[in-house]
Amino acid sequence: MTELAGRHVVYCGVCSLPPEYCEYGGTVKKCQQWLEKNQPAMYSRIWSPEVLEAEMASLSVEAQERAMKDAKKKAAKAEAAEQKQADKRANSVVTIKRIERNKRKYVTSVSGLEAFGLELKKVAKDFGKKFATGSSVTKVPSGGEEIVVQGDVSGEIEEFILEKYKEVPEDNIELVEDKKKKKGEGN
Amino acid sequence: MFKKDITPSPKQKLKSSIQRNLRQNLLTTYPLLTPFIDDIIPKKASLEQIKLPDRVSLYVIDGTTPLFFQADTPSQQNTIVPHLKLVHRFPQCFPTIRIDRGAIRFVLSGATLMAPGLTSKGGRLPLPHERPPREKTAAEAEHEDIEVPNEGADEEGHWSRELEKGEPVVVLAEGKEEACAVGVLVAGTKEIKEKGKGPVIEEAHFLGDGLWRMTLD
Repeated sequence: MTELAGRHVVYCGVCSLPPEYCEYGGTVKKCQQWLEKNQPAMYSRIWSPEVLEAEMASLSVEAQERAMKDAKKKAAKAEAAEQKQADKRANSVVTIKRIERNKRKYVTSVSGLEAFGLELKKVAKDFGKKFATGSSVTKVPSGGEEIVVQGDVSGEIEEFILEKYKEVPEDNIELVEDKKKKKGEGN
Repeated sequence: MFKKDITPSPKQKLKSSIQRNLRQNLLTTYPLLTPFIDDIIPKKASLEQIKLPDRVSLYVIDGTTPLFFQADTPSQQNTIVPHLKLVHRFPQCFPTIRIDRGAIRFVLSGATLMAPGLTSKGGRLPLPHERPPREKTAAEAEHEDIEVPNEGADEEGHWSRELEKGEPVVVLAEGKEEACAVGVLVAGTKEIKEKGKGPVIEEAHFLGDGLWRMTLD
């Protein structure tokens, strides 16, 4: 009761748990590496061989085996999920579409950004700010959402995305011109 | 309660009268927090409310630090339960029980906490004992209307008072320093000791659940 200030607890940068609990997080390897780099003192306290051995000894053989199996399964699962996400990222395409709304009036729709871990609502706000136009997140009939920006900004928007959101590779951006709209044919 | 990921919803600023109420409520539920209350809810800071699924409200200070949540359902009796980040900041202010090593992984994947994890060798349930008298701190003197009970955990980790059904409790783990879950008891600790089986905490907030991972910004 003497210390009046709250304690500051370090959380793992990989799995966000307190480092003591990293072993249950499923990304043990990565957590270890992170901790070793960022909190060497804590690393040696938690992951030193002596400590691990003492912990192992306190468990029964059967429990040990079970724990091992469990950990393995979890790690494999986490790895698979990560792989999947990376794949998804590499394969997904950001489509910038110029849609004719009314002769000489256009809107630009951007879809696929969510695959890169961006929050559409925030990105839409940024677009609106950058181009000083209306920009909103709308649902598309096929499910999912896209950002619709008023005006023809297809060229600029590509540059803006590349500059601002570095996680989107240039090759994954696709420019499409959508001509067939119900009424306004031609260009 | 929060097994699934939670998408953050908009924050609402709270009226100062509601803030005052909550503060009082928090102190009656957790009298041990009294010396720290100005640290937890600074007078100047703005308290915000975020609505979560299942009629749960999360209270956040300054938009980034989660404090506690409150389930607005009869089964939970509107108990205020601290967020684990708050528990980590002020670990000595909440009643605790401890689970053995074997139970950790189940709790961290959202299982109901069962009695055997507490009654075994590695677990710790409250053990009533006398506590050495304690002097009043300056901060306590300021809040004279609330008496700070003299309770706490002994060196072994036994809380000094039996806990009742419906009380919120922090769950520590064998061999770990930080708390791993927090929830409301569905059975009194005395009953648990006698029976030695059955659920103890249902629907806890645990490390790595949706509430823990929720980003606030």
